[in-house]
Amino acid sequence: MKKIEIVQNILEANEFIAAQNQRLLDKHKIFAINIMSSPGAGKTSLILQTIARLKDKLRIGVIEGDVASTLDAEKVKVEATAVAQINTRNMLESCSLNANMVSHALQSLPLEDIDLLLIENVGNLICPSEFVLGEHKRVVISSLPEGDDKPVKYPMIFADADAVVINKIDFLPYVDFDIAAFQKALQGLNPEVKIFQVSCKTGVGIENWCSWLLSALKANS
Amino acid sequence: MHELGITENIVNIALDKAKEAQAGKIVKINLVVGELAGFVPHCIEFYFDFLSKDSIAEGAILNFELAPAQLRCRNCSTVFCPQDTTWACPKCQSQSLEITGGRELYIESMEVE
Repeated sequence: MKKIEIVQNILEANEFIAAQNQRLLDKHKIFAINIMSSPGAGKTSLILQTIARLKDKLRIGVIEGDVASTLDAEKVKVEATAVAQINTRNMLESCSLNANMVSHALQSLPLEDIDLLLIENVGNLICPSEFVLGEHKRVVISSLPEGDDKPVKYPMIFADADAVVINKIDFLPYVDFDIAAFQKALQGLNPEVKIFQVSCKTGVGIENWCSWLLSALKANS
Repeated sequence: MHELGITENIVNIALDKAKEAQAGKIVKINLVVGELAGFVPHCIEFYFDFLSKDSIAEGAILNFELAPAQLRCRNCSTVFCPQDTTWACPKCQSQSLEITGGRELYIESMEVE
């Protein structure tokens, strides 16, 4: 019997492909955002609001990740420059996008014609936190009906986020969501995080979110 | 939920390393999995049996070392392992905490013949 020392990160293959994706994006001067949340928090709505607000300034591409269907891609393709749909149902991993799936999606997008790439991950607060995709910024959406305890229950995804969007802020009179408690827990894990309060329904707060996106894009180019 | 792809990586890494070492059989694989990593050892074992079939890794024992969650208080620098789901510094009760351990996921070593 012989012992072999290895010490090799099991996610290394994913991280390698993610780094390749980022080099490809950088080559085409594309700024990429990985948008994560639980199902129904408003990923597609935020993407639609962002496109509506920024489409005169930027050419926006979208990668839609879903277990099944093209429902979100259908909604988004009316407004976006280009959309690629990934369905994870028949893949090894169905609960999250991974770098390999994004690598394939990038091949189907007209990269020369895109300035901003919005990647909508599969609705899930656990698995997407383990897989980097090659994105420049990681964004998590939390919506008021989900409750204010999400950073406490799912710390990893919030600890790594560059920005957190609190959506459905128009629900505030109807739900017991303590914004201060949410922010305290979030900033405890992640003091640098940018926090936005928005309603994709009424459009409130979208302006601030889009200003941050524009300045982050400029800082990256 | 996402252990199948991870287990495939484990099998690939183990087979590559065994080939490099010109080993005829993989007896045991020692893995380190962080408490916060979101991977369930039992699921990895289940998929491993399936994915290692008819290879030199078939029948290998998977030995999991669980790396505990470890936090560092940003206020008083105390390093501690949280004992419950509410995270607060045991010394100053601050909730401003940096995650310093528990996200590991790697193959530490393996035993071959």
